[in-house]
Amino acid sequence: MAKLMNFTGTILKNLFHKPVTTKYPAEPAVYPERSRGHIENDFDQCILCGLCMRNCPTGTIKVSKPEGYWKINRFDCIQCGYCTLKCPKKCLSIVPGYQTPGPEKKEEILTRPVTPPPEKPAAKEEKTAV
Amino acid sequence: MGKQSTVPFGPQHPVLPEPVHLDLVMEDEKILKAIPSIGFVHRGLESLIEKKDYQEMVYVVERTCGICSFMHGMGYCEAVEHIMNLEVPKRARFLRTIWCEMSRIHSHLLWLGLLADAFGFESLFYQAWRMREKILDCFEMTTGGRVIFSVNTIGGVLKDMEPDHIKAILGAIEWIEGELKVIRRTFLFDATVETRLKGVGVLSKEEAHDLGCVGPFGRASGLKVDTRKRGYAAYPEIDFEPVTSTVGDCFARCDVRINEVFQSIDIIRQAVAKLPEEKDLNVPVKPVDTPLGEYFMRVEQPRGEACYYVKGNGTKLLDRLRIRTPTFANIPGMLKTLEGADYADVPILILTIDPCISCTER
Amino acid sequence: MAEVICPENELITIEPEELLDHTMKMKKQGFRLSQACAAYVEKKYELSYSFAADDGSYLLKSLRIVIDPEVEVSSITEFYPYAFLYENEMKELFGVKIRMINLDYDNKLYRIRQETPLKVDRPKAPPKPAPKVPPKPAAPANSGEAPAQKGEG
Repeated sequence: MAKLMNFTGTILKNLFHKPVTTKYPAEPAVYPERSRGHIENDFDQCILCGLCMRNCPTGTIKVSKPEGYWKINRFDCIQCGYCTLKCPKKCLSIVPGYQTPGPEKKEEILTRPVTPPPEKPAAKEEKTAV
Repeated sequence: MGKQSTVPFGPQHPVLPEPVHLDLVMEDEKILKAIPSIGFVHRGLESLIEKKDYQEMVYVVERTCGICSFMHGMGYCEAVEHIMNLEVPKRARFLRTIWCEMSRIHSHLLWLGLLADAFGFESLFYQAWRMREKILDCFEMTTGGRVIFSVNTIGGVLKDMEPDHIKAILGAIEWIEGELKVIRRTFLFDATVETRLKGVGVLSKEEAHDLGCVGPFGRASGLKVDTRKRGYAAYPEIDFEPVTSTVGDCFARCDVRINEVFQSIDIIRQAVAKLPEEKDLNVPVKPVDTPLGEYFMRVEQPRGEACYYVKGNGTKLLDRLRIRTPTFANIPGMLKTLEGADYADVPILILTIDPCISCTER
Repeated sequence: MAEVICPENELITIEPEELLDHTMKMKKQGFRLSQACAAYVEKKYELSYSFAADDGSYLLKSLRIVIDPEVEVSSITEFYPYAFLYENEMKELFGVKIRMINLDYDNKLYRIRQETPLKVDRPKAPPKPAPKVPPKPAAPANSGEAPAQKGEG
């Protein structure tokens, strides 16, 4: 009989135990602080160098200095964190909270106004003189 | 003399974790021969070396498989570090060992759950996976991801473990040890489980050696081989012996894997006790340094010995990357155990090699 | 401190005709076939057959064969019957010509759309430039020498 009653102890314990699963989404999900959810960009520090775009394995980040935008397609991001390692200004960080499902893929665009480079006629005259 | 018929098994089957197809040639409920057919999840990851440089390939190699993802990344990094003659700092090697052994515990607990599901014992399946959740919480706390960690890099690791992380890990494995001692009685001494597992799929030591079996599948038949003894990461500083059994049936394979979980718990405790205090976690790789040369690296994954062949030609793109996973080597052994088996034992026999088909086909 | 057995991997280059001889020797010595792979480098195939020792010495001996794409190689499935998976993969992904495999899938192992996808010509690596010797910093006593050095470099 001992051979058949091995699991009974566990059954009785589980009968009076509260459920192990969390009732998500009724209860909020708790993520540890290092959890890799999505990328955040501190845009005031960003210099639009484009290193994150060149090193992204999936090509989800798009940067353009002359037009002044930094785009990310959050659905294509694989949360590897490579861009945060390569950023020279350390303005990119990876924070908890994953991208919630949605009906269509859209990009998040951060822009800043672009000032055209000033004219430099004085420098040209100097060069011709030399 | 009964009539022979061929029954197709898979790729869709409730017991299979991943798609594999077998053509079973049968005669009256006994199987005569099995012919495998793989290729349902072939993604061609090895051809990505033409586009991604050797540092980005770490992220590709990690995503070969969900269960053994850390060891794939570690094996590739160790092979490239050997070619480029990089000396990984000691603390990084110990951290890699701790994450490796935690991967092994979580993989074996996953397998125990699938085995219980294969013979219909669903409550036991969920008990094993409930224990596994604690390990996944530890992974998320230390690396940031439950399944894919992205913490390996050429030259070391990217993240450190704080003292309270280590305390949490030690608490988790102590809880798992206590729970596993209770569940193991059901796996090994219960009468219903015994009739399904004992005497099924016997493979002798000579047959296992002739068929090239690796990992717990081979160790259960008596082959005393554990690639961790070759001394990569921090294993030279840790005392352990390969866990073997002599019987060679499904029951022995279950026994070997449960004992390996206890051994991994012991290894983690040894590694935490010997963890050195150091500042740097990785050796920085200069952008002009590129791998030139080739190397064969062998790593002990939860399923067996995996072999990584990396060949670099001096540019940022590698020449050849070849991952030979343990399931690739164990498939002929599985086909041999299927000969002469009953039709109702086929799911259990396929699960005893711990098939990870997405690793096999990359 | 646990004992660690870590011998160096061996690599032996052989001709395609000697493959079966060496394989028979490996089998008699009790090695197991660990892996077999192919690489396409500079318009030639480089086949590597790796044999591992299971008697506790953890040796890894590899046989290397460099052949042209038209050369046919014999199969080793006579000695190692489980090598059929590796050889079928080499046939399908690279187009290596192997004869007499015991279970030949005839290029239908992975059933991929493109034939021999890994047989790709890669651009040749440019020769690495000699490392530039940085000019020595000018010491205050030898200020006369520094400009002359910079002119040479």
